[in-house]
Amino acid sequence: MKLVIERRDTSSALVRFLAPVASIAVALAFAGFLLLAAGINPLEAYREILIEAVGSIYGISETLVKATPLILAGLGVSLAFRMQIWNIGAEGQIYIGAMGATWVALFSGLENHWVLMITMFSAAFICGGLWAGIAGFLRARWNVNEVIVTLMMNYIAILLINFLVYGPWRDPQSFNFPLTAQFADAARFANFFDTRLHSGFFLALALALFLYLFMERTVWGYQIKVIGSNAQAARYAGMRTGYAVFWVLFLSGAIAGVAGFSEVAGLQYRLQHGISPGYGYTAIIIAWLARRSAIGVVIVSLLMGILLVGGDSLQMLWQLPIAFVYAFQGLILFFLLGSDFFIQYRLKLIRGIRYG
Amino acid sequence: MPELLQIEHIRKTFPGVVALDDVSFSVAAGEIHTLLGENGAGKSTLMNVLTGLYHPDSGKMRLDGRDVHFTSPRDSLARGIGMVHQHFMLVPAHSAFENILLALDKVPLVFSSGEYRKKIQRLIDTFEIDLDLDTEVWKLSIGAQQWIELIKLLLRNCRLLILDEPTAVLTPQETERLFKVLRLLQQQGKSIVFISHKMREVVEISDRVTVLKKGRSISTLERGNFDREILAGLMIGEDKIPHWQKNLQMSEKIVLDIRNLSVRNDRGLADLDQVCLQLKEGEILGIAGIAGNGQKALAEALTGLKPVTRGKIFAGDVDITHSSARSSYISGIAHIPEDRKSIGIAPDLDVADNLIMKSYQNPLFRRGFFQNRGAIRRNAEDKVSRFAIKTGPDGSPVRYLSGGNIQKVIIARELSEKPRVLVALYPTRGLDIGSAEYIHKIIVEGAGHGMSTILIAEDLDELLKLSDRIAVMFRGRVIGYADPRRTTREEIGLMMSGEKQDQAS
Repeated sequence: MKLVIERRDTSSALVRFLAPVASIAVALAFAGFLLLAAGINPLEAYREILIEAVGSIYGISETLVKATPLILAGLGVSLAFRMQIWNIGAEGQIYIGAMGATWVALFSGLENHWVLMITMFSAAFICGGLWAGIAGFLRARWNVNEVIVTLMMNYIAILLINFLVYGPWRDPQSFNFPLTAQFADAARFANFFDTRLHSGFFLALALALFLYLFMERTVWGYQIKVIGSNAQAARYAGMRTGYAVFWVLFLSGAIAGVAGFSEVAGLQYRLQHGISPGYGYTAIIIAWLARRSAIGVVIVSLLMGILLVGGDSLQMLWQLPIAFVYAFQGLILFFLLGSDFFIQYRLKLIRGIRYG
Repeated sequence: MPELLQIEHIRKTFPGVVALDDVSFSVAAGEIHTLLGENGAGKSTLMNVLTGLYHPDSGKMRLDGRDVHFTSPRDSLARGIGMVHQHFMLVPAHSAFENILLALDKVPLVFSSGEYRKKIQRLIDTFEIDLDLDTEVWKLSIGAQQWIELIKLLLRNCRLLILDEPTAVLTPQETERLFKVLRLLQQQGKSIVFISHKMREVVEISDRVTVLKKGRSISTLERGNFDREILAGLMIGEDKIPHWQKNLQMSEKIVLDIRNLSVRNDRGLADLDQVCLQLKEGEILGIAGIAGNGQKALAEALTGLKPVTRGKIFAGDVDITHSSARSSYISGIAHIPEDRKSIGIAPDLDVADNLIMKSYQNPLFRRGFFQNRGAIRRNAEDKVSRFAIKTGPDGSPVRYLSGGNIQKVIIARELSEKPRVLVALYPTRGLDIGSAEYIHKIIVEGAGHGMSTILIAEDLDELLKLSDRIAVMFRGRVIGYADPRRTTREEIGLMMSGEKQDQAS
């Protein structure tokens, strides 16, 4: 008797739906063992996560606040994924976007709220876009691997921000803390319901809708899909793939840059280091889990928001380290990737091979 | 001679395909045994069975008279069966020496590289191989890379060497050297399974030849009992030629005029050598030839996928010699590519999106920046019903379609802008009879409407059935024409092996 792997001719909708659900369940079970090992009842812990994250107006608002940068960065990364371009640099693009928005807020001299908002948005968009565009140009021109370039440029971006907040942009009144001055009220997003929920969340939703339409309805979106599915066929059909690589990375970085804008204008009101605790990396997971669709990114980001907020409560209630939250995310990703395999293949038990 | 390896009634199926139906042959010690067959005859599958990559559904393998079955290539290698694949398994950034070491079994953690080097050098000297051990593989010629693969197997003391089309990538001089080495190996008592479809080489080197056809071993001949003609006849088979209504009222207008066309490949060798062809309006011109004699280069040059080295291509009066793939499509040359999955379709997109891949810029399918989804859907509905494409549920990716339906999608797309010339490269390869028949029908119907077709196929039946005229290619040249109404398979088969050059068109 023997177990063999066989390719499925078609994958049914049921399998495609069940596989991710089952894999999340398995991930929860595995994480449960970790919790047990730490002496915590997993069911109680999961209940706590849910209550903290979605059990109250405050919990929900916090979840949405956490989800905002994830949606934006996730949209950026998933756009590039659609073309088989791996943008690992959303983290750096968030910082550079925040940098652009901060410059406008602090040094442009603009005072009107809407003018400021639009200028800050554009600055973040262009800064993030150009930052990622460097990798796009290198990839298009000399076929330099964009994974390495975008990843490396994260460090450059983060250190650049450190330089600014420790040096030229430091607020003289900050008692030597590495912070810029606070933004004026006109350069801040509106808040809602007396919570930290800010306009950035709705901006993220709007961009998700925009990207959905862009991908599914426009000629450019069509080209991106064809190139992503088969670059050779795209060239054969006369599409300019190099050109597309640059612009897709530009747009991908630009949207991640908007996440930086949303963070400084909606939450921090200043630039400082650590404005993104790895949102850009979580965005990679999100884009993958979302199967590269814009709507999927929103859903997965909300789930991640729940995990982050709930994870915070685990830290506070049971003194679990933040590493546990990351381990949990890792488990979910691991099993979801595994489920991809079962969507395309099935295992088959074969009894006895005849040899004569 | 004692038989080293015996294969009896091997059968291997994949979902929906019988790759090997019933194959038997044997290899004696010190014998060079050739497997001959057209593409798709099952040679590669058979090799993968011999090296333990595939497990046969049924049948027997005997090594030294004892039943064996190999669980993996590692397993078969351990018993002395090694293979040089068509695509080398080498690490390009490492030196030849390092690559050879990599293949060795049980290299101790700390080893004296001098000792291995001496061993390898001894082999190199014995066989007078030209190879510098310290050069990185990527700098070596294809021929030298093949030596590395061979040395790997010799160091592991393989008794049976399987060479999968080793000469396909070699120059004639390199081939001579290889044959010298093979004869030396033979004298040492090694057995060699040689795979090729170059008739001349097969006749020169083989002790025995087994002919495979459609997954069956149809005949095994001893040296002296075969020559090129006999082998060509066996390989091509002698089924009855089917008939098809030929297009008798062909116009005399020339739509495509190819003059002295030469194309060089990446290695500087001539893929096409001064080819002249004229295509009349409404004509189906079949191109016969054993794979690798320039047919693919011809199609790629015509469709703008490969740059032309010398010569001219005229479509009507327009010189299209140096046009790109896109502009040649616009100028009315459609193309059914050989490898549908690699350039024909975007596998993750649905049928509707694939159907507009070449015309998505057409104002018909867009409204400014936006796509006109309605028009795209209607176009798909129209094509799906007209070409009888069986699609999955709406929006499901084309990669889930069967080969025949994928081919129909490509043909529907290529024919949608009423091309004047269709270049079809192996359009029915791998398709079931029904789909193949349907594609034949479309080509013949197109001819009725004045579309001219260059049909490149390996199946002679297909060529005889459809073509108004058959050109035979050999080593990058058109060496003759055949009239499908009068010729025989044997005649064409001979021309394919470069034998006969006459017969008027």
